[in-house]
Amino acid sequence: MLRVDGLRKRYGDAEVVRDLGFSIARGECFALLGPNGAGKTTTLRCCLGLIDPDGGSIELCGRPVPEAAREARVRVGVVPQMDSLDPDFSVTENLVVYGGYFRLPRQVIDARIPRLLEFAGLAAKAQAQIRTLSGGMKRRLMLARALVNDPELLILDEPTTGLDPQARHLIWDGLRQLLSQGKTILLTTHFMDEAERLANRLAVIDHGSLIACDTPRALLVAHVEPEVVEVYGDEARAWAQAHGRALSVRLELAGDTAFCYASDAAPLLADLATRSGLRYLHRPANLEDLFIKLTGRELRD
Amino acid sequence: MNASSTLRIPVLSARFLPVWRRNLLVWRKLAVASILGNIADPLLYMLALGYGIGSFIGEVNGMPYVAFIGTGMVCQSAMFTASFEGMYSAFSRMHMQRTWEAIINAPIGLDDVVLAEWIWCATKAVMSTAAILLVLLALGFGHTWHALWLLPLGFVVGLCFGAFGLVMNALAPSYDFFTYFFTLVLTPMLLFSGVYFPVEQMPAWLAHIANALPLKHAIDMARPLMLGRAPADIPLHVAVLAAYAAAAYYIALVLTRRRLLK
Repeated sequence: MLRVDGLRKRYGDAEVVRDLGFSIARGECFALLGPNGAGKTTTLRCCLGLIDPDGGSIELCGRPVPEAAREARVRVGVVPQMDSLDPDFSVTENLVVYGGYFRLPRQVIDARIPRLLEFAGLAAKAQAQIRTLSGGMKRRLMLARALVNDPELLILDEPTTGLDPQARHLIWDGLRQLLSQGKTILLTTHFMDEAERLANRLAVIDHGSLIACDTPRALLVAHVEPEVVEVYGDEARAWAQAHGRALSVRLELAGDTAFCYASDAAPLLADLATRSGLRYLHRPANLEDLFIKLTGRELRD
Repeated sequence: MNASSTLRIPVLSARFLPVWRRNLLVWRKLAVASILGNIADPLLYMLALGYGIGSFIGEVNGMPYVAFIGTGMVCQSAMFTASFEGMYSAFSRMHMQRTWEAIINAPIGLDDVVLAEWIWCATKAVMSTAAILLVLLALGFGHTWHALWLLPLGFVVGLCFGAFGLVMNALAPSYDFFTYFFTLVLTPMLLFSGVYFPVEQMPAWLAHIANALPLKHAIDMARPLMLGRAPADIPLHVAVLAAYAAAAYYIALVLTRRRLLK
């Protein structure tokens, strides 16, 4: 559905995307992970033909981009990072007007609206004004609006940023429903649980380059030790230097927490059992560990 | 988007229609307030100055002063309406509501969106032209078929000033920026284009400057039309207005591409 090859984009002296390549097959859910400023949104905008890349090739729904981007977008639904609903229109009118941009006949749009509202959990809000909707409802309406042309590929830029847990789960349920209907999804996120729940495959990008790309499980196996013990408390640093480092394959310190990575955590746990004043948590490694390992702990803005 | 692709020639396609229709649908919800907002000011000026100062002046260039200033107001309101639409309203849609971003994710290009906004500016200029013309007709002026030419004239004035507004829109960091346009462009345009008094009254050098102003050329056509006569020098007036409109539209489009397609 989407193939990106050797993509490059620079702004002045800054290279925002460097030699990026990936491809997404029909029916797949592909997540682009990366810290703020990693180049995720720029990559999506290139894929949609909204910006001309400085190098590389893109094929969207079988058409070359940017040359035939407009034709390709007929079969794509997009949920941008920021809500862009029309505040002067009701919920239904937003869908009708947006369908008009795809040159869909009015009867086709009208026939789709009840299902879209049902899908978005907004059937009771059909005539509501946009300002009366909650953040989660607006986001669901954005998703429904992106489906008005019955797209084959759905592109979502940080679909659940800023939502509360209930609202996020509703969006995730919706996306899983779409996947089971055979739709293809490309999403960007910096929430690891989101990628873990939805993505068949994911790509970690940082500073515009692809660092890793595979299934979540394969990435974890390849890059992170399977077990993690997090140790907290005033003495955690001292303990880590004196004992923890020797008992772990890899150890990271962040504030008052020591992250001990190991293939077998038993020796760590045995040692910790003898220490009072240290709190600890033993858990399997997850995508967050992978992400931090690949992109570092320092803050990005 | 590199420099050469932002400079490419404008795409003119019927794809602008659904975007134009979107603006019309929003306008329909607020039509009464919108029309009142567009015509209240010119109407008050026309009545107060036209009958107030007009009682000292009597006739100007062969028409009662209230009709003289009223015809000027028709052009002025077309100018203001289109400028306002191209600046404040377009900025709301482009920047505050992100409506343009939503539209260009659909199979519609940014060129289509800017074209739609441009034609929409001119459409609104025609609406306020029509509203003030109706008032003039009700007051007993302009009872001639020629007066209907003021509607297409309003459209052309709208294209001209709508494009100016869209240039400002493409450059604006915030709404405050538009104040410059009022002070530096619209006010001089209003005072030196012959809205309130004939330009011929001014010193020659000032009259020459006035000849470069697009609004002056619109008014030069509007007044004879209200009197039921064909204006002189139509090709010149139309050419000046069209040149301003086309040049400003191209600049607005290039600046908007630079702003949004990066």
